[in-house]
Amino acid sequence: MSNSRDQILAKVRANQPQDERPLPDLGLFPARTTELLDQFMTILTLIGGKVQRVSNYAAIETHLREHPYPGRMVTSIPALFSIAEPIPAPSDPHALANVELAIISGEFGVAENGAIWVTEANFGQRVAPFICQHLAIVLSVDQLCPNMHQAYQRLQGKDYGFGVFIAGPSKTADIEQSLVLGAHGARTMTAFLMDN
Amino acid sequence: MSAIPKHPELSQRFNADEPRVDWHDATLWWIREKRDKAAHTLSEDWEALRAAASAIKDNVLGNLADYLTEFESKALANGAIVHWAADAAEHNRIVLSILQEAGAQRMVKSKSMLTEECHLNDFLAENGIDVVDTDLGERIVQLAEEPPSHIVMPCIHWKKEEIGELFHEHLGTPKGNADPQLLTEAARQHLRDKFLTRKVALTGVNFAIAETGEFVVCTNEGNADMGVHLADVHIACMGIEKIVPRREHLGVFLRLLARSATGQPITTYSSHFKSPRAGAQLHIVLVDNGRSQQLGRAAFRNSLKCIRCGACMNTCPVYRRSGGHSYHNAVAGPIGAILAPNLDMSKYSDLPFASTLCGSCSNVCPVKINIHEQLYEWRQELTRQGKVDFGKKMALKVMSSVLSNPGVYRSMGKMGRWALRNIPGMVNNSMNPWFKQREMPEAPQESFREWYLKNRK
Repeated sequence: MSNSRDQILAKVRANQPQDERPLPDLGLFPARTTELLDQFMTILTLIGGKVQRVSNYAAIETHLREHPYPGRMVTSIPALFSIAEPIPAPSDPHALANVELAIISGEFGVAENGAIWVTEANFGQRVAPFICQHLAIVLSVDQLCPNMHQAYQRLQGKDYGFGVFIAGPSKTADIEQSLVLGAHGARTMTAFLMDN
Repeated sequence: MSAIPKHPELSQRFNADEPRVDWHDATLWWIREKRDKAAHTLSEDWEALRAAASAIKDNVLGNLADYLTEFESKALANGAIVHWAADAAEHNRIVLSILQEAGAQRMVKSKSMLTEECHLNDFLAENGIDVVDTDLGERIVQLAEEPPSHIVMPCIHWKKEEIGELFHEHLGTPKGNADPQLLTEAARQHLRDKFLTRKVALTGVNFAIAETGEFVVCTNEGNADMGVHLADVHIACMGIEKIVPRREHLGVFLRLLARSATGQPITTYSSHFKSPRAGAQLHIVLVDNGRSQQLGRAAFRNSLKCIRCGACMNTCPVYRRSGGHSYHNAVAGPIGAILAPNLDMSKYSDLPFASTLCGSCSNVCPVKINIHEQLYEWRQELTRQGKVDFGKKMALKVMSSVLSNPGVYRSMGKMGRWALRNIPGMVNNSMNPWFKQREMPEAPQESFREWYLKNRK
């Protein structure tokens, strides 16, 4: 069979428009608010997430002891190993099938949409934030940016094998547009917003 | 000549159940309104974002070959395996060969309109592969042995009671229970078992970044990630037009996509896949299937800017009242009607006529595709190519001579008004397509011209 790659590329090259088509300047999308924390908490709550303000890891531990999850808890954060087992190093991802709560650390949040950026460096096992019944992400309150442009500025030149913006719990509205939280991923998503 | 039913006949079937049409219409309009509210939250930026998105896509179309080779070399360096498919058949063969090489007879698949376009599921079933669609809406239509009727909300035409019945039959939910919470939970349990037992997972691609060789998949349910991260082999299938130049451009598209689609500020998961998981394989299949040809049609190439948000469908007065299946194509609605004739002008000659040319689609399009103008262009192109049936052609010829001849126009108008008043049965009958689902208007005594001549001074 002939080489499809070269044929496709030749056809694209022959058919693509030849006029000058410069890329736009993205500098025209500045921050629209300075109240990043308020906006982040409002939007995340609106899209089904939960927000807990905490002053340190000990406060997270206290919170989880007061509101226990009935089952296996895993975390990638050493300061929480007293309450949850470490996420096992890359091995069989199926070993996480029975996890009730996964606690991972987030790199930064986006105020305009309540999303938190995490990469596999933050949680070891790619499936961890999806396969757990409940997900908690710990985020520093000073790690918030206004919008997605600033978010990608932070990611400029960063390397990762897998990274994801997570905005609230898994959800669906496929049945008559009725919103149901907990489709295939985490049923609940809590952001522990930690003071510095 | 036209053995397969076309849009008018298929819409007529959908319109047989009038309350259902009203419900469908209202549901989609409600989503359109959610889109408006979401756009208004960014009112200072929204139009500039649309313009930027359109300009980025313009740049992509003008430099696509270079961006594709850049993406390929970066993806290879990241450890992915890259395949190229000239058409649907080659795409399907590639996917099958990857499955065979992995020794897999079963696969989970998250939403990919490209695989719908290529009829991958049918092909794999013929070759003994069991495919489970894992998006809830797609699973519902798959169990019902139907294609999706909407690119974002595949079972938007299904009522919850019908889904309850379907799940009772296939998943053993209690008979008569149509609670969305309960039905979603049943699907969660049913599909979790599939995620945990399948070795191969296929996903679509929302955006692929030339600069880094990574690609982004957006879902709310988390089904793409559940499938991929538990499988040994990830197959990502993408049309060649999904490329964007740099990672920073995602900022523009991710702000627009979910707001335009469902009115959400962003999808729950925007997953960036760069390299395969340790010990796993990542295959990327780049598919042409007519896209390079569309790129060469100056009047229609902008259709390749589409980011598959579905906003044009939700707003379309024809789509809302005729349903996705009336377009008999993987992508329905206004955008489908300008993509489909590129693939087969005869089969889809009806679709550009399934529009009022009101322009609402172009107004909501996040990448500013001139959809209604392209629909109009396609009508002319299809007529030139002899793809428009004789009756329609003659009717338009008659219309054209009437409208260009004021004397004839006036006397025809007079006759029409007289007939409506005196022998309404002549027009209020099933022979007249304008009478279907409509009352004919009350005819005025005089035309505007007659009134104007009397009253001007």
